[in-house]
Amino acid sequence: MSEIYDLIIVGGGPAGLSAGVYGSRSRLKTAILQKGKPGGQAATTQDLENYPGFSRGTTGPALMEAMADHAQSFGTEIIREEVVDLELDGEVKVLNGKSGKEYLAKTVILAPGAEPRSLNIKGERALRGKGVSYCATCDADFFEELDVVVVGNGDAAVEEAMYLTKFAETVTIIVIHDEGVLDCNKASAELAFANPKIKWIWNSVLTEIKGDGLVESVMIKNIKTGEITEMETNGVFFFVGTVPKTEILKGKVELNEQGYIITNELMETSVPGVYAAGDARMKYLRQVITAASDGAIAAVAAEKYLAEEEGFKERVLTSQEPVLVAFWAPQVEASIEAVSLLEKKVAEAEGKVKLVKIDTYRNQRVAKRYGITEIPSVVVFKQGEAMGKFIGPLNEKDLMDKINSL
Amino acid sequence: MVELTKENFEAEVLKAEGLVMVDFWSQKCEPCKALMPSIHELAEKYSDKAKFCSLDTTGNKRLAISQKVLGLPTIAFYKNGEKIAELVKDFTIEDVEAKLNELA
Ligand SMILES: Cc1cc2nc3c(=O)[nH]c(=O)nc-3n(C[C@H](O)[C@H](O)[C@H](O)COP(=O)(O)OP(=O)(O)OC[C@H]3O[C@@H](n4cnc5c(N)ncnc54)[C@H](O)[C@@H]3O)c2cc1C
Repeated sequence: MSEIYDLIIVGGGPAGLSAGVYGSRSRLKTAILQKGKPGGQAATTQDLENYPGFSRGTTGPALMEAMADHAQSFGTEIIREEVVDLELDGEVKVLNGKSGKEYLAKTVILAPGAEPRSLNIKGERALRGKGVSYCATCDADFFEELDVVVVGNGDAAVEEAMYLTKFAETVTIIVIHDEGVLDCNKASAELAFANPKIKWIWNSVLTEIKGDGLVESVMIKNIKTGEITEMETNGVFFFVGTVPKTEILKGKVELNEQGYIITNELMETSVPGVYAAGDARMKYLRQVITAASDGAIAAVAAEKYLAEEEGFKERVLTSQEPVLVAFWAPQVEASIEAVSLLEKKVAEAEGKVKLVKIDTYRNQRVAKRYGITEIPSVVVFKQGEAMGKFIGPLNEKDLMDKINSL
Repeated sequence: MVELTKENFEAEVLKAEGLVMVDFWSQKCEPCKALMPSIHELAEKYSDKAKFCSLDTTGNKRLAISQKVLGLPTIAFYKNGEKIAELVKDFTIEDVEAKLNELA
């Protein structure tokens, strides 16, 4: 049988790599499964200027390489593998790789990130790699002395357009808004307006890309007048947002309508022991810093889950003696009374039975698993099996009968 | 694998007989570099079926564009000097092998 990891992370972008740093530094046996080279989308942008502590001049690929080295320095294994299927419900999670290998883990962090959205304009698909591109870093140098068009006007669009001016002769940005209105940050907008190589077409959208084997021209529609004009160009770069890479997660964890993974503040998904981090998650801001932050939280939450699960197993499920598990909460008076009664009774039983207290305020997972809806409650375990349940205020006689019957 | 340049492209690819595979790549293209070891394995495995070449597009941009390559990674197949098939951007090594089997 293959070895079982404490933590497997799917995806080696900034979210997965920072989860790797935190996981392996807490001495969890940690692996990242990453299709191709680590770094994610962040490794596809040259100008990365807003990761605190790393100012102008920092490149995406360099920052991501540093993150990967950092994670590996604490013992994270980075394995080149594309995850194609997952079995997440059991205590041990199974991940199937495209190579045919199977990976086992006690906890999983899903950090598959996102990929560029395509608009499915006529010609877009057919001319991909023939002048149509979604990655300036990858393809910019083909366009030296040529003319390109950029579609989009958010941060990525305007910043990548600026990068393209280092190669292309002209960069024309097609903007759907009125003249002067951009969705990007003000600093980038000012720089772009001052850049002589950047031209602007306002109130417009792209309707078609034409070319025989290579991009030759685009059709641009003015949404105010309805007028369509043809413009010659050699390349079209799309930066119109991203879509989450969560196709393989459908039916495995809860996703929202757009396919983003739904989590709580602890990055917990709908499945116990499974967490999500980064751009694939439903959240407000998708950037390197928030991806890294998610990864840190998810790894710490996974570590706490492991400690709790292992503690429960050791103290309750594998105990020689029968165990009374008391579910209580510090703010529920009746549950404090129940606990002290139990402590007395267990002491009287002189080692025939053990007591384990679970603070449901801190650990809701175990309570949920055993269907505890009311505090106090007691579940009686013998040889790892739940033998009986007492919901609500304790009846001393019933409890004693149960203890004596064990 | 034959390393192609502006100087030898015509002789090695366009004037060559039989099946020729050309791997267009560059230092900056991470997916290209990730594919490379497996491409070399295929070159060994199919050495009697096709000729395997690679072209670093850095410094050979015009040549790449003349072959209608304007994005990486691209793998093109030529037969008797004519381009007969091409894989562009999101393809896997399995796709390359399938294409080789289909054409060889
Ligand atoms: C052009 C561009 C410019 C940007 N500029 C900036 C910027 O200046 N500043 C900033 O803060 N942010 C920027 N961003 C956003 C930033 O890159 C993302 O927010 C960040 O990379 C998200 O990190 P992530 O780890 O969640 O996902 P990703 O970076 O998308 O990484 C996910 C990784 O998981 C891998 N993966 C997916 N599915 C699987 C699978 N099934 N098996 C194995 N591996 C898998 C992918 O290959 C990928 O490497 C930019 C994005 C783009 C596209």
